[in-house]
Amino acid sequence: MRTLIKNGLVYRDGAFVQADVLLDNDRIAEVGQKLTAKADSVFDAIGKHVMPGFIDLHVHLRDPGQMHKEDIVSGTRAAAKGGFTTVQAMANTDPVVDNLATVEYINRKAKELGSCKVLVVGALTRNSEGKEIASIANMLKGGITAVSDDGSCVQEGRLKFNALKYAAGFNIPVIVHAEDYSLAGSGQVNGGKISTQLGLSGIPALAEEVMIARDIMFAEKIRCRLHIAHISTARSIEMVQWARQAGLDVTAEVTPHHLLLTEEACVGFDTNTKVKPPLRTEKDRRACFDALREGVIDFIATDHAPHADYEKDREFTLAPYGINGFETAFCSLYEGLVLAGELPLETLVQRMAEAPARFLSLDTGRIEPGLAADVIMVDLDGEVSITPDAMLSKSKNTPFLGRSFKGRVLKTWCDGRITWDADDAE
Amino acid sequence: MQSKFNLLGRNLFDLDDYSTDEIVAILEATQVMKQINLRDYKKLPTLKGKTVCTLFFENSTRTRMSFELAASRMSADVVSFSAETSALAKGESLQDTVYTLNAMGIDLYIVRHSCPGSPQLVHKHSSKPVINAGDGRHAHPTQALLDIFSIWERLGSLKGLRIAIVGDVTHSRVVRSNLIGMKKLGAEVVVCGPRTLVPGYLPEIYGCEVEYDLKTALKNADVVMGLRMQIERQREGLFPGLDEYTRHYVLSKETIRWAKKDALIMHPGPMNRGIEILPEIADSEQSLILKQVANGVNVRMAILFLMLGGKA
Ligand SMILES: [Zn+2]
Repeated sequence: MRTLIKNGLVYRDGAFVQADVLLDNDRIAEVGQKLTAKADSVFDAIGKHVMPGFIDLHVHLRDPGQMHKEDIVSGTRAAAKGGFTTVQAMANTDPVVDNLATVEYINRKAKELGSCKVLVVGALTRNSEGKEIASIANMLKGGITAVSDDGSCVQEGRLKFNALKYAAGFNIPVIVHAEDYSLAGSGQVNGGKISTQLGLSGIPALAEEVMIARDIMFAEKIRCRLHIAHISTARSIEMVQWARQAGLDVTAEVTPHHLLLTEEACVGFDTNTKVKPPLRTEKDRRACFDALREGVIDFIATDHAPHADYEKDREFTLAPYGINGFETAFCSLYEGLVLAGELPLETLVQRMAEAPARFLSLDTGRIEPGLAADVIMVDLDGEVSITPDAMLSKSKNTPFLGRSFKGRVLKTWCDGRITWDADDAE
Repeated sequence: MQSKFNLLGRNLFDLDDYSTDEIVAILEATQVMKQINLRDYKKLPTLKGKTVCTLFFENSTRTRMSFELAASRMSADVVSFSAETSALAKGESLQDTVYTLNAMGIDLYIVRHSCPGSPQLVHKHSSKPVINAGDGRHAHPTQALLDIFSIWERLGSLKGLRIAIVGDVTHSRVVRSNLIGMKKLGAEVVVCGPRTLVPGYLPEIYGCEVEYDLKTALKNADVVMGLRMQIERQREGLFPGLDEYTRHYVLSKETIRWAKKDALIMHPGPMNRGIEILPEIADSEQSLILKQVANGVNVRMAILFLMLGGKA
């Protein structure tokens, strides 16, 4: 099966150039001017942008166990629609991914039914309870790409230290959801102006910062790979910067919502703005953006966290934390950052594809002969309406509901196979 | 009662949705209701045929009674619904509860809930006007209106008054609504309490002052309002205990001398006598505390009247 994408503006080495792209089965075969190779199907991409498929290293597919929110089929379809060709699923399913059998279940189901590639994160501690180290070596047989207790955070210092050390023995990155429980308490939104005004208890920035400080000190001692999930405060970023300067292998990701929204979004008690870490201040948002642009934050990850309508449509304090991310990520960032003149499109693509691929040494993330045929075709003038009906995710919990953004993914090829086609959706 | 002004179709989530003129109009309507409540025969036919529902997800006998009395004085039918939030977390959702009540033909909801923003949610699912009767520590606009009315009828205006509010400010819905209303009517407000119980963001949000020392806070105060101090805050590690609190923040004959002579004493109730306020002050000539309770009914009658468009 050979596919030829002709005359698009193709992302190559950090710039868009007019070129043709030839996909041969699951590989990119050739990139160049006026390719004449025979192909089974030919697509005219004139006026369109051709980008490497996006990679999302922080997602919750809710499978197994919480399939009323999402499952591997619906989640990966939504991902493909958003231009993603690889996602990395967090371990906080039911049961928790802390054993080889569950890893293999996800691998098998994703391979058979998925619309994108699914990497699996194993739990760092058994049942993500923060009490004993999980069977990391066992799960590695199933090909886990990282370990994390995301959704939870190991509070006890000694266990965290040893778990980091144990994981380092396998050179697997540990992804940390940094949250000091005693400081976060039952916080609903960022601790500060808006929590005071709304009478909601706050999650202070400190709850994240003290844990990042602790774990960076551990990483310095152990010399391990430490990746900070969904970084959200200016001070957290300063600490990552410090760690980098000290030569540590500390990396970080940021979500679209922390790049685009602040705590002000919570004022109307929209539970779709309730998320951990909470939406922070404008100063924090700005710091996240600056750090992303400068590369202090390595890449963007959605933290796609679907929740059913009936779970979110209730009292703010009783609603679960999380924002649905796949179908809004690129378009909201394109409109909110690129069209706003803040970030070059090339940088956005780098942070959504190339950088996460490099983080896990994946053979994708760039449009280069020999790499996986993970490619998307985007109409930057095309509109994406964020409505419950249009969304493919089982859940619709996004604070962008009702909005419309420019930057429409027309087609997604994953391993050379079309996994999303906007024409079919019409 | 003649009034061109009405609040038809409006909600009362908090006072920030209301202009200064609208607040004054509510105070004026309250004055009329007060006259009616001083009569021997207190019943008005104005809301005959209307059904209001007190929908309380948190217990508050005083507030509920005040609303129900106000509604029945104006001949509205009253439906009471109580549910514990804890049960709600597992059992029937707020949405289903409201759908059930909608089917009974409710014209207006009065909502009390421990979760901020819940009155908005009731409105979303009912499309009926909603009065917030206290949502967590967020807002309690009718309490603020009755506090403001009590000062307004006594002193004629709030303009230029210095009002000190003392106690557990962090956990008080009364303070937030009062700050909005009092500032709109031109008062200066200073809030005072232990630093762990006074959010540092208040000046930025409400334009009030923050003080941690009682003597400084009371200086030149025309009105002093005490807030309920709860022992839970000690267990939450926010202050060392009631003894120490009383020693430093109690409103007494002695400490009230730091305020202006004849300063008015207020408390939204229920009071912990001997903890945040001493009886010698609570029951004194200067105290408006019992007036506040009476005005609760007056102000709620006025609001129900304006929101349901009653006719005189
Ligand atoms: Zn997380």
